[in-house]
Amino acid sequence: MTGPRMPDPDAKTLAERARIVDDLRDIVPGEGVVDTTNEMRAFETDGLTAYRQLPLVVVLPETVEQVSRVLKYCHRYGVRVVPRGSGTSLSGGALPLQDAVLLVMSRFNRILEVDYDNRVAVVQPGVTNLGITNAVAGDGFYYAPDPSSQIACSIGGNVAENAGGVHCLKYGLTTNNVLGIEMVLINGDVIRVGGRHLDSPGYDILGLVTGSEGLLGVVTEVTVRILRKPETARAVLIGFPTSEQAGQCVADIIGAGIIPGGMEMMDRLAIKAAEDFVHAGYPLDVEALLIVELDGPAAEVEALIGEVARIAGSNGCVTSRVSESEEERQRFWAGRKAAFPAVGRISPDYYCMDGTIPRKALPQVLAGMRSLSEKYGLAVANVFHAGDGNLHPLILYDANKPGELQSAEDFGNDILRLCVEVGGVLTGEHGVGVEKRDLMPEMFNEEDLNQQIRVKCAFDEKHLLNPGKVFPELHRCAEMGRMHISRGQLPFPDIPRF
Amino acid sequence: MQSDEAILRPQDEKQVLDTVSWAVSERKPLEIVGHGSKRGIGAPMQVAHTLDLSALSGVTLYEPEELVLTARAGTSVAEIETLLDEHNQELQFEPMDYRGLLGSEAQRGTVGGLLACNLSGPRRIKAGAARDHVLGIRAVTGRGDIIKSGGRVVKNVTGYDLSRGLSGSWGTLGVFTELTFKVLPKAETCSTLVLSGLADGDAADVMAHAMGSDTEVSAAAHLPESVRFRFIDGGLPDGSATVFRLEGFEPSVRYREKRLRDILGKVGSCESLDAETSAMLWREIRDVKPFCDGTQRAVWRISIAPSQGHVLVGSLRLQTGVDAYYDWQGGLVWLRMEADAEADIVRRTIAKLGGGHATLVRAPAALRAAVPVFEPQPKALAALSQRLKEQFDPVAVLNPGRMSGFM
Repeated sequence: MTGPRMPDPDAKTLAERARIVDDLRDIVPGEGVVDTTNEMRAFETDGLTAYRQLPLVVVLPETVEQVSRVLKYCHRYGVRVVPRGSGTSLSGGALPLQDAVLLVMSRFNRILEVDYDNRVAVVQPGVTNLGITNAVAGDGFYYAPDPSSQIACSIGGNVAENAGGVHCLKYGLTTNNVLGIEMVLINGDVIRVGGRHLDSPGYDILGLVTGSEGLLGVVTEVTVRILRKPETARAVLIGFPTSEQAGQCVADIIGAGIIPGGMEMMDRLAIKAAEDFVHAGYPLDVEALLIVELDGPAAEVEALIGEVARIAGSNGCVTSRVSESEEERQRFWAGRKAAFPAVGRISPDYYCMDGTIPRKALPQVLAGMRSLSEKYGLAVANVFHAGDGNLHPLILYDANKPGELQSAEDFGNDILRLCVEVGGVLTGEHGVGVEKRDLMPEMFNEEDLNQQIRVKCAFDEKHLLNPGKVFPELHRCAEMGRMHISRGQLPFPDIPRF
Repeated sequence: MQSDEAILRPQDEKQVLDTVSWAVSERKPLEIVGHGSKRGIGAPMQVAHTLDLSALSGVTLYEPEELVLTARAGTSVAEIETLLDEHNQELQFEPMDYRGLLGSEAQRGTVGGLLACNLSGPRRIKAGAARDHVLGIRAVTGRGDIIKSGGRVVKNVTGYDLSRGLSGSWGTLGVFTELTFKVLPKAETCSTLVLSGLADGDAADVMAHAMGSDTEVSAAAHLPESVRFRFIDGGLPDGSATVFRLEGFEPSVRYREKRLRDILGKVGSCESLDAETSAMLWREIRDVKPFCDGTQRAVWRISIAPSQGHVLVGSLRLQTGVDAYYDWQGGLVWLRMEADAEADIVRRTIAKLGGGHATLVRAPAALRAAVPVFEPQPKALAALSQRLKEQFDPVAVLNPGRMSGFM
């Protein structure tokens, strides 16, 4: 891709690379410092593979003390740092910088404790999302947020990105399922926030850090809530002649007081691609397909599944099938879960977007996407988390055709602008990263963004952590401190006073 | 013009901005107040001016099918709950009402105060607190800027989460002007199972077992014998009461009640309370009924690992005179002191048990001035909190000193 403009590399850091590498080797001995071009290749990109950049050096610490000393060193000498978990970010959150240490947390891969009495697991940040569930599944528990990269993505990265998934509607995002963290600040300070108890005694640092995309600190331990697996789960597969009807069905289900464990929608192009790929048994003659999953006590699921089928019928569905076995339920999901690679089979390249909209705006946004599709001459397949209005339009393009990549990016940006226009947001779960950085002013004005940057200043005054991500421009903290308030009398003669 | 009149009551966001800007330029600190229902919590402040948000009122958006509600900061929680109830919806985090405990004659409290104090209730262990349900905010910072964060949709990771960042900041970082919350369907019915006569430690084990089962218990509390008779007009059976709430669709509640009875039956016999009595009991647990005694005796609100709540109370009983009961599976301890607040003993014991935090939610003003009301933080965390405060409110015009102790 054309690539976003990143902060100018610091010439002094580049010039002193050899000394920095030596110093880091003193802190992290053995194979924990990687500095050859060949070996660093493995780290040059993340899940947004269009952008590539070799880092200054890769450091893989093993202890909290090493993380603290590395950050303290970088802070002292003004060296930039890009933290990285598994590198699955879809928005370039872990994209290296030429003059920055890439701090890879993958060796922090141990589950420290599972505490069933308090229903928490204490884990190191490099443990994968699915790894947590696997560690407790034998005892009938699981960790609820389930981003589609869950087999690979790390819990530390989940905290950085406030990862979501299919089950968010009922069980919340990462921010609702993390109880505590240990984190190292750029000055080397190690802080602990939360733990096995609930809520913060002071400011909600946990809330601020979750979703901060690696710009505030490096998480070295995470305490998560684990949940007892529901007694049962069943899914209904429902086909509609129009996406408007499917959208109305979603609204009616929620209107009936039902909060499904998952509620996903796919459009015709996505259905066809998925069906061709995994043969899930999806109907091919419908415009929209809903997968509604109910989980919970058997008696409840039994009652609600009938209610959902009834609501689907009253919205003019043309097919409706309830899973009769666990195997069938899994098959219903197989197509949805494979939707991205399935679309990858029918197009040389695709670009995955991630806006969220108020659900009722769905017909308007779909219509808008259709006309944008015509304007740019590119097809778009749609899968969404219908319950919470989180859209994932997949724009099909061919990077080898001149100009098509740019068109795909422009198309994507127009879709996100449309999401904001109808009351939605730029990103629901993939993060801003470098990808949506320059679109931030679509949603926030200067004062909004400046206050976010001031939070950054409280954590990292020198802007050393993950610069070039999230904010279109990082103003110097000293400049951000000035206030522009004119002195004078009470400027509000009409405010009632008592 | 008289610029020193005590209470300023802006009618709109612009006037809130004007007031704060004036306070900044004149270095006149403000006490931020909604209905004043929680005014007695925190260190007493030396402030000549009050910014009263109660006129900034009204629900500006409510779309039941979208599960979203937006209201101006001064809107009454009571008004919002009535409106939601008409559509069979609710604020699922069950915001508590401090008035009884504090002996306050104020109105129910505002939606701004609800987030500023991050209120919750017995459902906290399953559904979260106010901070888990806020979707977006507008606020005026102590720099005299109007800012917004979040939006009206649940799934949103665009920019820093200042909505959560300002939650629980007790008006010391910014003044909310408008808030958007996720709202959810109300449970069709509820039922409560009561297990009698358990010692605190045994109750903790049983609650952990029930919460770890697949019966979806939405609240679990233990009411020792010393407080049991103060609930539902003395209607609970003799001895201590360990209580479990089940909520949802009628057939589901009946089904789970049977399953939970099977689990609890191994410990002792249990009774069930009907929906109406259940609602009353959990409201009283939420609002600290046993300690709504018309006094100013010190009351602590302690959050600790659920398995440690009873250990804490047991240890404190050996050191000083206390009365206590437990919500959140044992992790929320309401503790009333017989005499002194004993802040050092309370906090030292919590630290020894693996950590948590204690807030002195009720005490005479002189005591609140002398003892840190909020849990003091370790040095690095306190320094970070101080830096955050300076980024939002550099000249300390918003509720100065109210949270002193934790920074």
